Order: sequence, then C-alpha cells, then structure tokens
Amino acid sequence: MTTSTHIKRFSARGLLPAWFFLALLLVACGDSGPPSVQESVLRRGNGAEPESLDMHNAISTEAGDVQRDLGEGLLGFSPTGELRAAAAERWVISDDGLEYTFSLRPEARWSNGEPVTAADFVYSFRRLVDPATAALYLISVTNIENADKIIAGELSPGALGVAAVSTHEFRIRLNSPVPYFLSLLTHPSTFPLHRASVERLGDEHLRAGNLVSNGAYKLQERQVGSHVELVRNEYYWDNENTKIDRVVHYVTPEPMAELNRFRAGELDMTRTIPPESFVQMKDERPDEVRTSPSLAVYYYGFNLTKPSFRDNPKLRQALSMAIDRETIADEVMGRGETAAYGWVPDGTANYQPRRFSYADMSRKERHHTARQLYREAGFGENNPLTIEVRFNTSNVHQRIAASVQAMWKEVLGIGTVLINEEFHVLLANVEQKDITQVFRLNWSGEYNDAHTFLSMFESDNPSNLTAYQSVEYDSLMDRAAAQTDPDRRKVFLAEAEGLLLNDHPAIPIYFYVNKSMVSKRVQGWGDNVLNYHYSQHLSLAAEE
Amino acid sequence: MSALSSLVRHARSSRAVTVCATMLLVIAMISLIGPLISNHSYFAADFDNRMLAPTMTGGHFFGTDELGRDLLARTLSGIRVTLLVAVIASLVSLGIGVLYGAVAGYIGGRVDGFMMRIVDGLYALPFIFFVILLMVAFGRSMLLILIAIGAINWLDMARIVRGQTISLKQRAFVDAARLIGVSTRGIIFRHITPNLLGVVVVYMTLAIPQAILMESFLSFLGLGIQAPQTSLGALVSDGVSQMEQASWLLVIPAVALAVILLCFNFLGDGLRDLVDPKGNT
Amino acid sequence: MLRYAFARILGAIPTLLLVIAIAFLMVHAAPGGPFDSERVLPPDIKENIERAYHLDETLPQQFYRYIKGVVRGDLGPSYRYRDFSVSELIAGAIPVTMRIGALAILLALIVGISAGLIAALRRNTVLDRLVTGIAMIGISVPVFVFAPLMVLVFAVTLKWLPASYTGSDGADRLLLPVIALAMPQIAFIARLTRASLIDVMNSDYVRTAKAQGLKTLSIVRYHAFRPAMLPLISYLGPAFAAVLTGSVVVEHVFGVPGVGRFLITASANRDYTLVLGITVFYAAMVVFLNLVVDLLYAFVDPRVRTR
Repeated sequence: MTTSTHIKRFSARGLLPAWFFLALLLVACGDSGPPSVQESVLRRGNGAEPESLDMHNAISTEAGDVQRDLGEGLLGFSPTGELRAAAAERWVISDDGLEYTFSLRPEARWSNGEPVTAADFVYSFRRLVDPATAALYLISVTNIENADKIIAGELSPGALGVAAVSTHEFRIRLNSPVPYFLSLLTHPSTFPLHRASVERLGDEHLRAGNLVSNGAYKLQERQVGSHVELVRNEYYWDNENTKIDRVVHYVTPEPMAELNRFRAGELDMTRTIPPESFVQMKDERPDEVRTSPSLAVYYYGFNLTKPSFRDNPKLRQALSMAIDRETIADEVMGRGETAAYGWVPDGTANYQPRRFSYADMSRKERHHTARQLYREAGFGENNPLTIEVRFNTSNVHQRIAASVQAMWKEVLGIGTVLINEEFHVLLANVEQKDITQVFRLNWSGEYNDAHTFLSMFESDNPSNLTAYQSVEYDSLMDRAAAQTDPDRRKVFLAEAEGLLLNDHPAIPIYFYVNKSMVSKRVQGWGDNVLNYHYSQHLSLAAEE
Repeated sequence: MSALSSLVRHARSSRAVTVCATMLLVIAMISLIGPLISNHSYFAADFDNRMLAPTMTGGHFFGTDELGRDLLARTLSGIRVTLLVAVIASLVSLGIGVLYGAVAGYIGGRVDGFMMRIVDGLYALPFIFFVILLMVAFGRSMLLILIAIGAINWLDMARIVRGQTISLKQRAFVDAARLIGVSTRGIIFRHITPNLLGVVVVYMTLAIPQAILMESFLSFLGLGIQAPQTSLGALVSDGVSQMEQASWLLVIPAVALAVILLCFNFLGDGLRDLVDPKGNT
Repeated sequence: MLRYAFARILGAIPTLLLVIAIAFLMVHAAPGGPFDSERVLPPDIKENIERAYHLDETLPQQFYRYIKGVVRGDLGPSYRYRDFSVSELIAGAIPVTMRIGALAILLALIVGISAGLIAALRRNTVLDRLVTGIAMIGISVPVFVFAPLMVLVFAVTLKWLPASYTGSDGADRLLLPVIALAMPQIAFIARLTRASLIDVMNSDYVRTAKAQGLKTLSIVRYHAFRPAMLPLISYLGPAFAAVLTGSVVVEHVFGVPGVGRFLITASANRDYTLVLGITVFYAAMVVFLNLVVDLLYAFVDPRVRTR
C-alpha cells in the first residue's frame, strides 16, 4: 500500500462527503408512511414499564391498566367506579356468604373466536394458586377454600374451591365470608386464561400474535421500554360499544418527560402530573387537569419494638399533633391532596371514616396540647429528643420530611435527622426493625373497602411494619370479618379505626389524589377512587 | 520543588491562568465566608416565603425554593460541597495514581508491563456502573462518593505519571542518586515524585472538572450527596424540573456550575500549555 | 493482525469474569431483594417465589448457576420483567443504544473535526475564538441541563421535533438525543483537532513544505491532516466510553428504550440478572471498542503496525 493511496482514503476531503452522508442518513431513517385508514387511536402515558402481561405475574398498576384492556374478569367497574357485570352476566350468593355462582355470558369469545367458558376460569384460578406459578399477588383468592394449603404446598391446585358447574356456570366456595369479595374479582389476577395457548406455548404465549385475550383489545405489539400496542378484539362480546380501535400504552417512567410529551401532543392522557408543574398546568390547561381522591394514604410509621416510641403513646400523639397536615397537603403538595386525620380515606365504599379527636382543634390549641403531652411523656428543654426519620429518595419525600422537621422543631423543639435511603434499602431496614425509628411509607387500598386499610395493623399481618400489637384491635377485626351484615360490620371496623387513632402506631399525613392530564379530545372519562380507566369506555372527539 | 515553583512563575505570566485562578479563589472564599455573613441557613424550611423570585430588596437576593429556603445560601453551600468533593476525589486519584505510576515507571521491565496490563484491564471495566451499584447498594455517604469518583480517575493519572517517570529516570540527578547508594524507595519518594509535581498539578486541575461532572451526574440520577446537604449538581438537577415555574432555581446554580467548570478547564489548559507546550503527555 | 485481535479477545476473558464476579457480589450485597414492596409477602408466597428463581440457594451455588448459563449464552430470566429473559431484553435494547451512540460519535467527529480545522487554520481570529468558546461551554454544561432545555424549546414550545424517542416513527426522533449525546464530544474533538493541527503545522516538515511554496490548504490536505488525526484516534476509546455513560442520562430524558435506561431501574428493582447482564454487556463493548480503536490506530499509523 503506497502512501498516496492512504492519503486519498483518509484526508480532509472526506469531510464534505461525510456531511452529506450524515444528512442522508437522517433523511433515510425517516421513511414513515402516512396512516392508511381513519382509525381512532388512543395514546396513553402509562408510567413505568409494565413488568408482565401475565395475569398471574404482575402486581403494578401500570401492568394492571394494560391487563384491564386485554382481559376481562367476572366483574368490572363503570367509568365512575361502580361495580358491574362483565364476563359474568349475573351471580347468586348463598345465604351464608360462602358460595358464589356466576353465570357467564354465553356470547363471550376469546380473541381467536373460541367461547369463554367456566373451565377457563377454573384453569386460571388453579394456576394462580399453584406454587409453581410463583405468583406475587394472591390477595383476591386467599379466602377461597383450600387456597392457603395449596400455596403452602400441602394440597394440589385441583383442591381449590372453584368448579365449572356447567359450560357457562362457575362456582367459588370461600373459607369465610368476605363482604368485598365481588370487588376482588375485578383484579386481573382473577381474569380467565386461554388454557390451550398457555400450556402449549409457555411464556411465549405472552408474545404479540400468540396472546389470546378475552377483553376489548388484543395485543398487537410490545416493545420493552417503549410501548404496548393493543388493537380492537373483533370477537369481544361488547365490540359494538368499543369506540377506540387502537390503544398504545407508552412507557413513561419520568413524570416530567411524560408531561412534556403530553404538551407536545404525543399523548392523550398521562399517568400523573409532576408536583412542580401542577399549578402551571392548572393555569394553562385547566380543562385538561383531572384530579380525584385516591384510595391511598401517606404516613410516618413508628418502630414500636424500640424504646422512646414503644409504650409511649403520649409522645407518639404529640408528634402527630405537631404536624400541620393542611400545610403539607395544600402548600407542600398542592395537587388536591387532603389532610389525613384518619386511616380510611373519604370515598371508601360502605364506611364512615373516623377522625383524630384533635382534628377540629385550632392550630394553637393543637400545638399547646402537643407540648403538654410531650412534657408528660418525659421530654422537654432539659431532656430534648432527637429523632431519625427515614424515607426513600425523592423530591416529594424530601420536601415533606423537611417540613415535618421544621414543624417538630417549632412546636416541640425536637431535633430531627433526615435520612434518605434507596427504596429497597428503606424497606429492608423497616422490615428488620433494628435501626429504624420513624419511617415514611404509603399504603394504597387494593379494593374499595375499609378492610384494606385497617388489616395492615393486625398483629399477624406481614405488612404490619410498625409491629403494632393489640389484642383488642385483632379481636375487633376478627369480629368484623365474621360479620355478614354490612351495617354491623361497619361498626366493628369503625371501632377498630378509633383504636388506631387513639394508639398512634403511625401518623397518617395525607390522602393521595389521582391526577392526570387528559386531552380535551378524550370523551367518556370518569373520575373514580381506584383510578381505573378502561380504554373501552373512552372515545375520541374528531380533531378540531 | 523546582518543577512546581517554575510552574507558578510561568503561570503568573499567562493572563487566562491568572484570571481563572483568581476567580476560583474568590468563589471559594465567598462560599466559605458567605454563611458567616448571611442570616439564612441552607436547610431550614420557611413556609411563608416559598418560591420567591430573586429581588434586590427583601433579603433573598437569589430568591427561594419550594420550601422557602434561601437560594443564595443553598448555592454557596452547594459550591462548597462541590469543590470539596471534586478536590478530595482528585486528591484520592492523585495519591493512588502517582504512587502506582511512579513505581511502575521507575522499576520498569516486567513489573511495569504487569502493572500497566492491570491498568489496561481496569480501563475496560464499566466503572460508572460500579459506582451506580455502589451508591444503590451501600447508601450515599460522602466518603463513598469520594472514593468512587477518585477510583475512576486514578487510571489516567497512573499512565501520565508512568510516562513522566520513565523520562525522569534517565536524567543525570537520578543516576547520581543511584550511584551514591540511595534505595529504590528513596529515589521514588525523594527524587522522582517531587519532580512530577508540575505535571501532576496540571492534570489534577483537569481532573477536577471531570470529578465535578461526575458528581452532578450522580446527583441527577438521584445518587449524589445526601440531603439536606446539597451540591451544585443536585441544585441544578432540582432546578431542571422547575425551569418553567422558577427559572432562577435552574439558572443560578447552573451558571455557578458552568463558571467553575470553565475556570478549571481554562486553568488546566493554560497550565498544560506552560508545562508541556506540545501536549504530548 | 487477526492473530493479534484474537489474542486480545482471549485476554479480555479474565477481565469479563472479574467484572461478573464483582457485579454479582455487589448486587447481592445490596439490602433488599427483587420482590420486596411495602406490601410484605406472606412467608409461603415468598418461599414459592424464591424457589422458582433459585434465590433459596447459597450464593456460590447461584454464582455457579449464573456462570454456567453465561457460558451457554444464557443471561438468565429477568426478575422484574418476568415475560422476558435478560438476553431478550438486552438484545431488544442494543440496536437503539447503538444507533444513537454511533450517530452521536459520527456527528461529533464530523462537526468536531470541521470546527477544529477551521479554528486552527484561522487561529486567533474571531472565528477561532467563537469555536473555542462554544467548545468550552460544550464541556462545561452538563447534558442533563442541555437535554431538557432542548425538549422545552424544540418540542414543547416550537413543536418542531418530538419530545421523546417514541413520540414519532421518523428520523426526527433521533435528532435531539443524538445532539445531546454528541454535544460534549463535539467540544472535546474540536479542541483536540485544533491543538493537534496547530502542533503539526509548526513541525519542521510542514515548514519545509511551506517554504517550497505549497498553499496552506493543500498542506493540510496532503501532509498535515493525517498526523494531526492520531491523537484523535487515541481519544476515540474514551469517547465511546463517554457516549455509553452519557446514554444513561440521554435515554432517561428522551425516553429512549435503550440499554442505559435499564441499568438504573434494574439496580433500583434489584433485578440481579438484568444488572449483571447489562454490566457484562457494557464491559464487553468497551473491550471490543478498544480493540477496534487499536486496530484503527495501527491502520493509520504504519509505525505501530510494524511493531
């Protein structure tokens, strides 16, 4: 190779063609064809990547929203959150509240045209409790006969209390009455599965082209980190009333980036609205900001296994009273969050939430009592207290912790050390109950019933992270559970909540709010506490 | 110490270097003295004064953030932390790198070959991922951040120092020392290392902006300095999310960060030109 | 040259093993597990899951199982994205990351070299000052400031370009991420080219050529350009590494479904296998790119080749 050929191959002259090449490359990549037919496409910002489309493997709300478009359970919700018939047209509950018999819609079809039968439900329920499935979310079925023993590996899945009475009749037997059982049957983990394709294809059954679904939509395409695309299921029994032909659930883990995409016209609705931008959006696009109360509570828990907090309800109450919940909800958050003076949010079905005895005191009065309690608990200027608060890393938690720090300092003179930890580190520390003192967590209701909030404090509940132990509380919860009459059950639950509010095992701070940007084009949107928005209920107005 | 003093003498003659060095000194001084004069703390929330825009009157010259914390106090505190992190992290990389490079370069032969093969091997490690894992796994102590950033930058330092050492080794004064019986360790510590100082100072000046960017990168990913402490990187990445509602929360720390980075870059460039006009090292 | 390349690849194997071992220990040392949440799992359910993912085995057993898989090209199942294997996840994300990374390097080289040449040839003019000044700003403004600003201006306000990678199917979606990723590299390369060309133009043989009456442009074209590019080629290795690192931020801001974005979420989720898979992938990339750079160097500089 001579030097001159080298020079020709590698010289400054190459730069000009290189510029052309670069321009060409960019143009060449942009060969997207025009949309072929006039179809109605809904573009949803769906938050983080849905971890799985397998009805039995997913636990997140992001996965749930996709699954509710793909599949259909025995029951579903209306746009405004009322429970209503879905795959089952009607049902009968036995007098003892233990046996549920569902009549399935005879016209219901899978996306491959085969009929949806009771056997599909039996298969799905058995697969869910099968230890080999390793499902994460079993709350919907744990009360079904023998479920516990199957999960523990003592019985085979065939022993589960479910049966196909006939092709279109499906029966469930429970261990004990569960008043909110019907609402559990809206959860994707209870959706039917198409047995033949699941057994033949294994994990491959979840791929586009393989996935057989019974909901209003079927899977068209999935690109991890990018989107899940669904198209109309022509065989769906209510296909006539499905307006939107194509739904794209975009992966939008960053709220700020998601909002920018909405503003750039790339999305029709968002999963959330970042706190920083809420006021601005309220000003600029008031018609497109949708908020509604949510079934979730933000709280600070005490580690009740350690001194200072153990056996010291006065201190715990003083700390709770010193927090100005309105300031945090309205000023620091300001997206419609409401101050939490109890554990069960307003809007919870069949329940009258209780409130702290000091909920209606004036701020001055409250602070005064808090100081008094603090002194009675044995602390004061001469014996000041220092508290460590742990929370997981995020701007919002940081702001709230700094606010609480300022309030405790101002009212009680307490020094607070703020420790932010990565979420899994925080969880590990909280579970170990060794070094934690006060920790931030939240609890979101998984069904619309007060039980979902109150069961967290039962002595044997693994999610009881404060280690609150109260025989009285447990017995109240047990009595509520045994009660089939909703009004009498309500009384026991309220009494239990009252006990919690007296004992302060943790401090509820605010109730969350569902918040989304929803384009003016989107019709049929209903606000509901669970924040479920089935695509099949929505439609798009013509472009202006 | 002749290398260093001649560097300082030369440096005085370059305007860019003088201006940048002065500016950095002034910024550092302000960030140290500021908190003594200001009556605002960088961490105390003040709910009556949230999100105030910068004003000449009213005490909050740089405005306040979403918790009513004074942005001037926070920026000064951020500068302090950023400079501290960057300088100490660079010193860490300097310490490891100089020692490693000087030993490899001076001993030479197979030892050198082996030691440099290790450096080459380590270059292939995706360090940034280890740093991320480290932060996620073991919490975000200041110490860990310092070690992590220092551990990334020492490789460059080791290579540069090794090259310099090899050329120094052949100089007459090293031969003389060897002839009069100074031990290898003595030669490395007493004769080689001091003469490396000029080059080392220059490259440290260039390593500092790298460390600053690294720290802000970690802050952006939520893995940086522990709140309520703050760094310029953390302030900037907070500001980014509020740039439309409160532009000052982005602009002020971002300008501070850019000015510091610019100064270090100009300073390093200028110094390098003085030490090594051809940039061959 | 082939033998050299082969030896280099063999030599990288211990490095990769070391990477796997360190990363394996680190992810497992991190507190918390992949299936933790504020909703604590009942013991029976937890047991079933741990058994299904072999998390009930001892660490050495798990490590052995993992290495055995890696040798067969199987990076294991993802603990978080349970529908996919780690190999599938990474394979799906690589083309995106590579495309943006390669375009960014290309853009950085073309723009950087052009700017550097102009600055060097018009040394100490306004043009030179402008290029040097912009380059300085380029390396002094973090990508995470620059990238969201571009989104705000070009996507949200002007609506010229999509705000995110998945917001369009066309090439326009590449523009902002590529520019954001290339920006610091453009600055570095322009500075490097300028310094290097000035250096070469002051060398004896160029002075000789000048004395012979050759025009500056043809001197650059035939004599100075190639030697001036040598330091640039050495910089390519670090540039690739920097682009890979930068992709973490850029993919985050623009919602690019690439490899970099996985890493943060995967380590936050304790998705052990995915974290390991990505780390191994990146290490292999760096090893490979360094090899390419060395070969390129040998190709451009005959002195290296004969060694």
